[in-house]
Amino acid sequence: MDRDTIRTMLRDMLRARAFEEAAAQAYAQGEIAGFLHLYPGEEAVAVGVLHAAEPGDYVVSTYREHVHALVRGIPAAAIFAELLGKKTGVSGGMGGSMHLFDRERRFLGGYAIVGETFPIALGAAYAVAYRQLPEAVLCFFGDGAVNQGTFHESLNMAALWRLPILFVCENNRYQIGTEIHRHSAVTEIYKRACGYGIPAEKVDGMDVLAVHEATRRALARVRAGEGPQFLEMETYRFRGHSMADPGSYRPTVEVQAYEANDPIAATLRGVEFHYPSADELGSGHDCIQGFCDHCCQEGHLDEAALARLRQEVADEIAAARDFARQSPAPSMDDAWAALLRNRRYDRLFEEQAP
Amino acid sequence: MTTMRYWQALNRALDAEMAEDDAVLLLGEDVGLYGGTYRVSEGLLAKYGEWRVRDTPISENSFTGLGVGAAMLGLRPVVEIMTINFALLAMDAIVNMAAKIPFMSGGQFPMPLTVRMPGGVARQLGAQHSQRLEAMFLGVPGLRIVVPATPQDAYWQLRQAIRSDDPILVLEHELLYFTEGEVDENLPAPPLHQAICRRAGTDLTCISYSRMVSVAEAAAEQLAKDGIAMEIIDLRSLNPVDWDRCMHSVEKTHRALILAEDPRFGGVSGELTATLQERCFYWLDAPIGRLAGLDIPTPFNGALEAASIPRVADVVTAAKALLSPDKER
Repeated sequence: MDRDTIRTMLRDMLRARAFEEAAAQAYAQGEIAGFLHLYPGEEAVAVGVLHAAEPGDYVVSTYREHVHALVRGIPAAAIFAELLGKKTGVSGGMGGSMHLFDRERRFLGGYAIVGETFPIALGAAYAVAYRQLPEAVLCFFGDGAVNQGTFHESLNMAALWRLPILFVCENNRYQIGTEIHRHSAVTEIYKRACGYGIPAEKVDGMDVLAVHEATRRALARVRAGEGPQFLEMETYRFRGHSMADPGSYRPTVEVQAYEANDPIAATLRGVEFHYPSADELGSGHDCIQGFCDHCCQEGHLDEAALARLRQEVADEIAAARDFARQSPAPSMDDAWAALLRNRRYDRLFEEQAP
Repeated sequence: MTTMRYWQALNRALDAEMAEDDAVLLLGEDVGLYGGTYRVSEGLLAKYGEWRVRDTPISENSFTGLGVGAAMLGLRPVVEIMTINFALLAMDAIVNMAAKIPFMSGGQFPMPLTVRMPGGVARQLGAQHSQRLEAMFLGVPGLRIVVPATPQDAYWQLRQAIRSDDPILVLEHELLYFTEGEVDENLPAPPLHQAICRRAGTDLTCISYSRMVSVAEAAAEQLAKDGIAMEIIDLRSLNPVDWDRCMHSVEKTHRALILAEDPRFGGVSGELTATLQERCFYWLDAPIGRLAGLDIPTPFNGALEAASIPRVADVVTAAKALLSPDKER
C-alpha cells in the first residue's frame, strides 16, 4: 500500500476519534440532546472499508454512523451541525445523530431501527444491477442485527439475484448490553452467510490494514459479478452503547484489553520508528494507537509529523464544533418544506371547489 | 372509452407506465410468472422481463424495503403486497422507512414508491384475511393513501401514484377486482386526491370510499323511491382528504352520513366525522351520522360476516334517521 493511502487512513482514524470525543463532550455539556452512539474503538472498520471503496459506491449505515459519514467525505461541520439539530446540518436538522443522509455523496442514511440497512442496501443494489452500473453497495450493521428477519430475508434475495452488495458486520460483541454468547446461537457471524451461499470472511477489525485488504478483495469479487460478499469485522466499542449507557455490564479487564488494542494506536505504531515503552507493552491494543505505532515504525511518518497531524485534526474538529454552535436553527417552515418537497409537482386537488 | 374490469384497468395502468418509463418496475409475490393473484400484472413479465417484473420470496418487510432503497436511487417501484393483512409484516419498511426518509434527509431523497394492496371484507376469507387497516396508515405523516372505487379511478389513480415522487399506498378492494366500468384512457384525469360527487342530491350527503361507495349508490336508489335525494361523495383519497368538496356538499344538504367499512372504533369514520363537525358545525341540521364496521374480528360464517359491515339496508335506515331529527337514532 502506498504511503499516501496509509497517511490518509491514519488521518481519518484520528479525525474519527477526535470527532466522537468532541461529540461526547458536547453531549456532556448539554449541546447535543437525544441519543448519541459513539464509535471509538471501531475506527479501523469504517476507515479500512471506506478507503477500499470507490467514490461512486453507495453506503448504508446504522445509528452509529458519524464516522462512516465523516470518512465518506461529508464535512465534519455538516455532521456536527446535524448533531446539534441545526439548519446547516447534513440533513437540515431534520435527521439528527442517527439519520445522516447525503445524496450527493451517495450516503443513503443512518437507520435507527436495527436491521433496516439490509433492505435499503438490497434496493440500492437492485437499482444498480438493473441499470447495469459498476457501483457496489456497502451495507453496515452490528452483531445484534443478524437476528432480525430482514438479515435473512435480504441475504437470501441478494444471493438469489446476485446483487452487488458488500455486507459488513461490525461485530463489537454486544447488542447494547447483551453479550454475543447470550444473543446468538452461532457466534461466528460470518458462518451465517454460508446459509445463503454468500462468501464470507472473518477479519481482525482492529487492524485497519487487514480491514482494507479484505474489503479490497471482497469488492473486487462484487465488481466481477460474483454477487454479494460478507465480511465479519471483529471489533470493540470503548464506550457504552450510547451516552446514556455507562457500559457497566462489561468486565473492566475486557474493556482494558481492547483499549490496549486501540486501532488508531495500532496504526500509529507502524508510522514512525518507535520502541514501545513498558506502559505500551503492558497495555492492550487500541486500533489507533496500534496504527500510529505501525506507521511510525514503518517510517511513514515521524513523531513530529504525527504531532502536526494530531493538531490539524484537533483544529478541524474544533472548527466544526464552532460552526455547528453558530449555525441557525431550522424553522417550522423548513420542516414543512422537507416533508412536502417531493409533492411540489403534484396537483392534489382542483384549485377551486365546485 | 372501453368497458373493463377493475383488475384490467390496473393492469393497463401498469403497462402504460412501464412502457413510458423504464424506471417503473413491479415487485411482489407471484406478480411475474403467475400474473398476480388478482391478475393485475398478467402478461407483464413476458413483455418487460424479470428485472422489471420480479417475483419475490415471501419476505414482505425486505421486498417492500427493497422498493424503498430502489426508489432512493430514482427507480419507481410498484410493490404489490398480496393482501393488506400481510402489510403488517412490512410496517417497518412502509412506516419507518418510506414515510420517514424524505423528511429525515431534509428533503434530499425522493420516494417514488407505490405500494398496492387489496383489502376489505371479501367472501368468507376468515378474520386474518378480511381486515381493513387503512386507519393504521392514516396516522403516519409522509404517506399518501388513495382508495379507488371504480375501474376509471383505478386506472388513473395508479398511473398518477406511480408518477408521484411521494410514497403512495393504493388500497384496492378484493370485491372490486371483478367489477366492470367504463375507462377512458385519454381523459384529463382529475387530480389524484380529489373527491368526486357520484350522485347529486339535496337531502343529505353520504361520504364514503372504496367498495362502500357502491353500497351507498344502492341505498340512494332505494331512498329515491321514498323521495329522499342522497348526494354521494366518493373521497377517492384518505390522505390528504379533499375537505373542500365534502364541506361544499354538506353546506348544501345540511346533513352528513359517513360510511366506512373499517371498524368504527379508531377507524377512518371517526377522523372524518371529527373534522367535518369542526368545519361544518353551523351548517348542520343534525349530528353527523356514522356507519362503520363492527368492532369485531370478521366472523367466518357468511351471514355473520355480512352483518359485520354496513349493508344497503343499514345505510337506508341511517339516512332516514338522519332526516328525522326527533326520532331516537
